[in-house]
Amino acid sequence: MKIYVPCDSAAISVGADDVAAVIASKVSGATIIRNGSRGALWLEPMIEVETAQGRVAYGPVNVDDIESLIAADFINGGAHALSLGLSNEIEWLASQERVTFKRVGVIDPLSLADYEAHGGLVGLRRAISLTSSEIIDEVTESGLRGRGGAGFPAGIKWKTVAGAVSDQKYICANADEGDSGTFADRMLIEGDPFTLIEGMTIAAVAVGATVGYVYLRSEYPYAIKTLQKAIDIAHAFGWLGSSILGSKHAFELKIRVGAGSYVCGEETAMLESIEGKRGVVRAKPPLPAIEGLFGKPTVINNVLTLSSVPAVLADGAAAYKEFGVGRSLGTQVFQLAGNIKRGGIVERAFGISVEEIVNGYGGGTLSGAPVRTVQIGGPLGAYFSTKQFDTSLDYESMLAAGGMLGHGGIVVFDESVDLAIQARFAMSFCAIESCGKCTPCRIGSTRGVETIDLIIQGVKVDENKKLLLDLCEVMTDGSLCAMGGLTPMPVKSAMLNFPEDFAGEVSRR
Amino acid sequence: MKYSPWSKESALVVLATLREEEGPVLMALQALQEEFGYVDSEAIGLVANYFNKSRADVHGVLTFYHDLRTTPPTENLISICVSEACQAVGSRELEKAVKTKFGKEVHDAYCFGNCALGPCAMVNGAILGRATLEKIAEVRA
Repeated sequence: MKIYVPCDSAAISVGADDVAAVIASKVSGATIIRNGSRGALWLEPMIEVETAQGRVAYGPVNVDDIESLIAADFINGGAHALSLGLSNEIEWLASQERVTFKRVGVIDPLSLADYEAHGGLVGLRRAISLTSSEIIDEVTESGLRGRGGAGFPAGIKWKTVAGAVSDQKYICANADEGDSGTFADRMLIEGDPFTLIEGMTIAAVAVGATVGYVYLRSEYPYAIKTLQKAIDIAHAFGWLGSSILGSKHAFELKIRVGAGSYVCGEETAMLESIEGKRGVVRAKPPLPAIEGLFGKPTVINNVLTLSSVPAVLADGAAAYKEFGVGRSLGTQVFQLAGNIKRGGIVERAFGISVEEIVNGYGGGTLSGAPVRTVQIGGPLGAYFSTKQFDTSLDYESMLAAGGMLGHGGIVVFDESVDLAIQARFAMSFCAIESCGKCTPCRIGSTRGVETIDLIIQGVKVDENKKLLLDLCEVMTDGSLCAMGGLTPMPVKSAMLNFPEDFAGEVSRR
Repeated sequence: MKYSPWSKESALVVLATLREEEGPVLMALQALQEEFGYVDSEAIGLVANYFNKSRADVHGVLTFYHDLRTTPPTENLISICVSEACQAVGSRELEKAVKTKFGKEVHDAYCFGNCALGPCAMVNGAILGRATLEKIAEVRA
């Protein structure tokens, strides 16, 4: 009998390892499979048992619940207060459009047999049978854009690297998922690492690269272990190495672990860090596609971008772009976080509204108090008011609404939030994490903190607000990368949407 | 966590495992920290010589990254996430309380990717969701 207990670190953080250990000791004959998380994180630890009708879920399961679960005959799907019914019929999950995340939570992350049984390697096998330009055309045609935040068309980037002449080319997966409120890269790597490896291998075949790096944050120790095991398994299988699945292509894949620097998520700082140097941003041009890692042509894509590629190759570009709106095609893996009742992964086609995600899937705040604001797109994203909740979540609509989609993280705050304090945090985070290369970011961020402090204290409020906006303009226009260039976004959106929080000391709650 | 006492000889053994790596300096400092718990000041010259870099290069890398320590760590290490998603569920108050109780063992962290089950903490390498002072104290013990 198969019992699934997630090994995802979010599930572990609320006791999944203990639950697995207790089940192993108390249920004889149980085969415990440590799957990834299906993404309904408020139900973690969510365990599943395989029955004739399909997998039946229970959650959130505490160690103390196991006794009563056994009494309720849970191994045969028996009724229990924690029963969620058939996993595939849980409305929160069933209503999603899982493409990139289709296997996460379903399979054993390190079983290649499971991976292939659920459609894995179909995309890579097809890619090997195609020419470089056929693969790139398929990716371009799918409309797949960079999921890291910039939204640059993946196919066009690949084409540039494919066209560059060099003795060595690289593929780099940006897994430096530093944005607060985002965890999709982590969950994919912990729950379905072969998909990332497959996406990177397809990219390598397409552009003629033979070495790949995954730049993975040190804050994700569980993901590092899982990915390293997956790479070793892929090697032993003859997928990675001198001949990809028996073809003439070679591809070696290595992990580089970050060292606690947010700015290393910026692609050129990431390259410096992989090269073992300080994570200082490079000026562009030259584009990394022409002169990237160690000065060689390099494809840099986010984990989610690369992990969407196998589906594009397996099912075709036409199937992928069925999803989405306008120029935002395919699905986005939204991550619902912060003060939220039902947080987790919501993969839906672009074009879903903020309202549907936050109040529909999310069910409002965890505290039960009304939602006051959501920050979308990480620490550099805008603070939205509830009046903007009909905004469509796609690249263009978000831009028009004064924000950005970023990596798809949505952080919910209840009415206890003070937006002046949040704006101050944005500036202080930039001061801590700035690489120091350009002045607007390095010094502007510290001046920003000081100016917001004066506003909070009620000192010359109008003058200081004007000064702050002026500073924001300098940072936006004068910074080399998104760190300094986008820090004004949370600050200005907070000032614009919540002016009452910036009215000086007298107005403070 | 158990670390070896710093010695040049064991450091050279660690560095030898990285000889074939492209761009090894950051990896080397991380590997030394994993072995000894911190990067000893003597390691700067050692790494520089070993990989044919300047001492300034190595010092620059060592001082850039928040993860790298130049003094031995406390016996217990507690990191509290102080990013936005955890702030939204009270990490500022938690951080204060944990710092009051455990002082120098406590460090700020920016996101463990557990943003739907905050506040999040990492206690001696174990991740903790919906963290409270009590839970942290229990895992630390």
